[in-house]
Amino acid sequence: MKYDAEVKISLKKGMLNPEAATIQRALALLDYQVENTSTVDVIKFSIEGQDTGLVKEEVDEMCQRLLCNPVIHDYQIKISPKEE
Amino acid sequence: MKVGIIRFPGSNCDRDVFHALELAGAEPNYIWWSKRDLSDFEAVVIPGGFSYGDYLRAGAIAAITPVINGIKDCVKEGKPVLGICNGAQILAEVGLVPGVFTENQNAKFICKWTELKVNSSRTPFTSMYKKNEIIRMPIAHAEGRYYTEDLNRLRENDQIVLSFESENPNGSMEAITGVCDEEGLVCAVMPHPERASETILGSDDGLKFFKGMVK
Repeated sequence: MKYDAEVKISLKKGMLNPEAATIQRALALLDYQVENTSTVDVIKFSIEGQDTGLVKEEVDEMCQRLLCNPVIHDYQIKISPKEE
Repeated sequence: MKVGIIRFPGSNCDRDVFHALELAGAEPNYIWWSKRDLSDFEAVVIPGGFSYGDYLRAGAIAAITPVINGIKDCVKEGKPVLGICNGAQILAEVGLVPGVFTENQNAKFICKWTELKVNSSRTPFTSMYKKNEIIRMPIAHAEGRYYTEDLNRLRENDQIVLSFESENPNGSMEAITGVCDEEGLVCAVMPHPERASETILGSDDGLKFFKGMVK
């Protein structure tokens, strides 16, 4: 069965995020006063697997081995049956 | 001494490192990323550049290539390994040195000469400097801000090799810009010793990195 996988990668709480800080300053230039700006990377792909649990395990392994750096990142995985 | 210089798609300081190694009296050889067996070499340098376009994170994709397994074998055999700039980011991604080099605090690419303190002279690369000696070498990076969760351990184990002196251009924790593994044989530095290997370049302060490795 095919699944859609989505990995959301964010910086751990308290980590400095220079990209978000720059975006927030740019918004202020346009007179938008916003706070707590953050950025999230999303990686999506489809994957073959037996069930949601097994697919999630495999994607979690991908996060540990390549997609994220556990020193600075938190991540969330969403697995759903592939929409035809 | 036969020294391997690792090349990835996007490496761009490989020829500079080759030249500096020759100046230091080594016999440099280029190694392509797909080579797994590095047993012919007595030491390894991962030069700077933008391996795999810095996609995902600087160094993340290079960190999973076959040559990294060869480098891990070198480390087990006690051979010295030096990562410069992108090479340092790669060594951190692999986990051969602690911490990460991530986006500069000011979100800019910084290219400039810096004053540096040699905090530890126990690595082969810093063995020809005096402890706390101040040297000049250039930096050129967008992702060089050092961060670690184990600062105390680094201090206790004498793993802080280089730190910025007089300013902290990228916002690194404790101005750290060079670290080593517990044994002191794997060294990751953001500044470029090869770009400071001849007086005609503005400084030859970096040449001892390579001389110390060869001696």
